[in-house]
Amino acid sequence: MIVNKNDSILNIKDLHVHYRTYDGFAKVLDGVNLWVGKGEKVGLVGEAGCGKTTTMRTVLRILPENAVVPKGEIFYHGEDILKMKPQKLNKVRTQGISMIFQEPAAALNPVFTIGTQMFDVIRYSDSGKGRSKEEIKELAVKAIGEVYIPDPERILNSYPGQLSGGMKQRICIAMAIVTERELLIADEPGTSLDVTILDQVHRLLRGLVEKKGMSLIMITHSLGVAREMTDRIYVMYAGNIVETAETKELFKNPLHPYTLGLLESVPRLTGGGVAEGIYGRIPDYFSPPKGCRFHPRCRLSEEKCREEKPLLKDVGDGHQVACFKVQGVI
Amino acid sequence: MNISVQSKQEVPALSFSVRVKSGVKKNWYKFSRNKLSVVGLIIVLIIVFSAIFAPLIVPYPHHAGKFVDYANAGTAPCAEYWFGTDNFGRDIFSRIIFAFRGALYMAALVLAIAVPIGVFLGLIAGYYQGTFLDTVIMRVTDIFLSVPPLLLALAIAAVLKPNLTNAMIAVTVMWWPWYTRLVYGMATSTRNEYFVKASELIGAGRLHIIFREILPNCLSPIFTKMALDVGWVILIGASLSFVGLGEQPPTPALGQMVSDGTRYMPDLWWMTVFPSLAIAVTILGFNLMGDGIRDMMAKGEYDRE
Amino acid sequence: MKLSSYVIKRLLYSIFVLLGLSIVIFIIARVVPGDPARLALGPRAPQFAVDALREEMHLDKSLPVQYFYWIKGVATGDLGKSLITKRNVVEDIAEFLPATLELVLVSALFVIVFSIFFGALAARYKDTWVDSFIRVMAYTGVAVPSFVLAVIFLLLFGYIWPIIPVLGRLSAGIQPPPTITGLITIDSLLTGQLDVFFDALKHLILPALALAVGPLFQEARIVRSAMTENMGKDYLAAAVGFGMPDHVITGKYLLKPSLIPAVSVMGLDIASLMSNAFLVEVIFNWPGISRYGMEAMLRKDLNAISAVIIVFGLIFVLVNILVDLIVAYLDPRIRLGGRSS
Ligand SMILES: Nc1ncnc2c1ncn2[C@@H]1O[C@H](COP(=O)(O)OP(=O)(O)OP(=O)(O)O)[C@@H](O)[C@H]1O
Ligand SMILES: [Mg+2]
Repeated sequence: MIVNKNDSILNIKDLHVHYRTYDGFAKVLDGVNLWVGKGEKVGLVGEAGCGKTTTMRTVLRILPENAVVPKGEIFYHGEDILKMKPQKLNKVRTQGISMIFQEPAAALNPVFTIGTQMFDVIRYSDSGKGRSKEEIKELAVKAIGEVYIPDPERILNSYPGQLSGGMKQRICIAMAIVTERELLIADEPGTSLDVTILDQVHRLLRGLVEKKGMSLIMITHSLGVAREMTDRIYVMYAGNIVETAETKELFKNPLHPYTLGLLESVPRLTGGGVAEGIYGRIPDYFSPPKGCRFHPRCRLSEEKCREEKPLLKDVGDGHQVACFKVQGVI
Repeated sequence: MNISVQSKQEVPALSFSVRVKSGVKKNWYKFSRNKLSVVGLIIVLIIVFSAIFAPLIVPYPHHAGKFVDYANAGTAPCAEYWFGTDNFGRDIFSRIIFAFRGALYMAALVLAIAVPIGVFLGLIAGYYQGTFLDTVIMRVTDIFLSVPPLLLALAIAAVLKPNLTNAMIAVTVMWWPWYTRLVYGMATSTRNEYFVKASELIGAGRLHIIFREILPNCLSPIFTKMALDVGWVILIGASLSFVGLGEQPPTPALGQMVSDGTRYMPDLWWMTVFPSLAIAVTILGFNLMGDGIRDMMAKGEYDRE
Repeated sequence: MKLSSYVIKRLLYSIFVLLGLSIVIFIIARVVPGDPARLALGPRAPQFAVDALREEMHLDKSLPVQYFYWIKGVATGDLGKSLITKRNVVEDIAEFLPATLELVLVSALFVIVFSIFFGALAARYKDTWVDSFIRVMAYTGVAVPSFVLAVIFLLLFGYIWPIIPVLGRLSAGIQPPPTITGLITIDSLLTGQLDVFFDALKHLILPALALAVGPLFQEARIVRSAMTENMGKDYLAAAVGFGMPDHVITGKYLLKPSLIPAVSVMGLDIASLMSNAFLVEVIFNWPGISRYGMEAMLRKDLNAISAVIIVFGLIFVLVNILVDLIVAYLDPRIRLGGRSS
């Protein structure tokens, strides 16, 4: 299902986020552009530390205290989340967007039972307001059933410390879908889980999103997972979106050197040898490279790449790339 | 035997080319980031300096002993006597500076004795974790920690002859268990770290492991606690001397001066107020400095190393 | 582990600790002073009287036997006679303990209530003047020992600005209520004597404050730092992200985990209250067991000294059990001891 950009429910424009540290400002996000259509499943792919979580936390305005947003807009149904009054923002949080955190163990409060936490999520959500205790509990039990955990009653009375990692992950998912939301942000759900459970979690997630007709932003390290799960993919590098295209198109016709590198570094089950991959690592955010942030690692980089920052440009059919080479500028 | 196993955390996978500030400079930076720490350091330096050179710098060195000058008794603070004089006509300022000597002497000696004992016992109990030795040491420690420290120190000082030495003994007896408990906790966890296991495998001796592998990893909390404890020892010392269980007159002690002053309230208020202030400023100075040392030893919130 | 077995274990261990403490006290009161009989009778007593007392106190026996006799006495409530009051020390304790309990309870109440209040305030208004003020107060509280504070209060409110009584438990002319619990505030309420209640309360304020100010702001700092630390936790970001109202996030999801470290050190605070009561009661002429103990110490009244330490040890042990129970209640990770699914 492909949606026109004008029908987007979420539209992030030129988002910059910096972190204040003792060594100065870490200029992490450097102009992120990303939009999600109604009912669309979008993937956000990039290596560790490229700023995926930072972007999504900014959307819900739950950044750590030392973060600053010097520039950018996040439109949700045409209104800038970053400028919203508390009441409006609360609407976004209670009926618009919910998020599954990367670390399920950290996202659950260790000193309250799952039940207590879940009931509060329902009670203070838009669709849960004014419901009776019994109704709230019914909803919670249903949600736990939806993520395939047996014996919901016992789970509700358990503390997070009493559950396994996989169960905690599912509970986090259950909490995010227990009341209606338009958009679900899943931040690498299950990175700490083993492969089989991870796979289950992914399928579960996709099933739920499709059933409820939600939009999804799926964050992941892995292009493989994104291919399975999404309609469209954003590739992120060091705080920039470097390429976006429909999933099929991206795999058929990857353009950005970083995307190419990512695809090469997927370990192949057939064929020989270790994947070629990308040399080097993500740059120092305290003094990021001038021009294109990828240029120190890029095989194709030239003078212009070191001087000027390439912007996302359409190369046809909604396929956008931020690379002078590909855009044919040099 | 010369074994060196890396005892530091490995560099995290995601690291930047950080401009690491050099050792001393970085430590000073961390210490002085909180300006109060610097204030504390200055207070401490002034107190230590004036205590050491007390006879040279105070206006009336002989007032710190058996001296009477009834003609000037109870003089209010003035240019001649900055903090006034007491009921015997002795200069309170001079006596306070001299009282610092006993207070610092006590703190230094108490810590010099209690810390090695406590640390040693903690290391042994931690190394022999789960054995009889561990049980005995830690249970005895628990017993000493089961009464409020000042109370037992008061009792011990009371049954002995009241003087500075016995006050120090009393406080020392109460002080070591805190270090035993502190070190025990760290020793038991360090003991199971890979670098300790590794050197055990290479055949390092017990002493080597205890003092060369485990101890170095406990040092920074120990020093932090010591820095903060100086203030506490001075406080307990002042409490003991307040009830007459410390340095005996005519040698001045801070607590004793406060207590003497209460008998001349409110007319000779300076007899109470200035020694009280001296106690407060001293403890404050050592605590602020101790906090700075803790900041220096700790990894900062956003401190990437 | 079930909570009940946790409690039983904790109690058994406390009994062991108390027994150990009794040995320490025995050493302090019977071994260290040299000749307790001579001390009890004074330097001018004839030798035969001293010898007789030595025999009565079993001082002619070996140390373990002496300890046995002594601990038997302690266990049966016979702690010997006090030199000062010439009574059985158990009677003395019964008379003086309630006043101290009342004082320590009220100051503990000050500490608990105000530390949470100020701690939450400092966390909420982090890096503003509110936070700075509480930080300054914490430093002041540490730096000014309670006996100094007590003396300053005495100077201020006793002489310069006498708006509040400084000495004793009740004003002259006010009849204490009949003894029910021994705590005048409670007894006066029980018997409906409001004027007595308020008078007792007024007398409590200064000594209780002198004791409470130090630990209070220290605790507030702990609450504050636990709160600011937990504010950065994912689970809080999640709660905010779910759009829960401020009061639920702060008053529930942030407060409960943040109280754990504060309550954990509460035992130490109570220790500090109880120790400092020794000096503060003397200064405020508070007729409690601490003042009695202090007098006993200064006059080497060994039976009274050991009795007082035992009582304090007992209270302290009980307080620590209570603290552990509260922490276990607050923190399921301790209560449940890891996974048990
Ligand atoms: N509170 C913070 N203070 C300072 N730097 C931070 C903070 N949070 C994140 N960063 C830095 O910002 C960068 C991006 O972090 P972010 O968590 O957004 O990455 P990510 O793409 O989600 O990575 P991962 O795949 O590992 O989850 C990282 O280099 C990280 O070190
Ligand atoms: Mg992340």
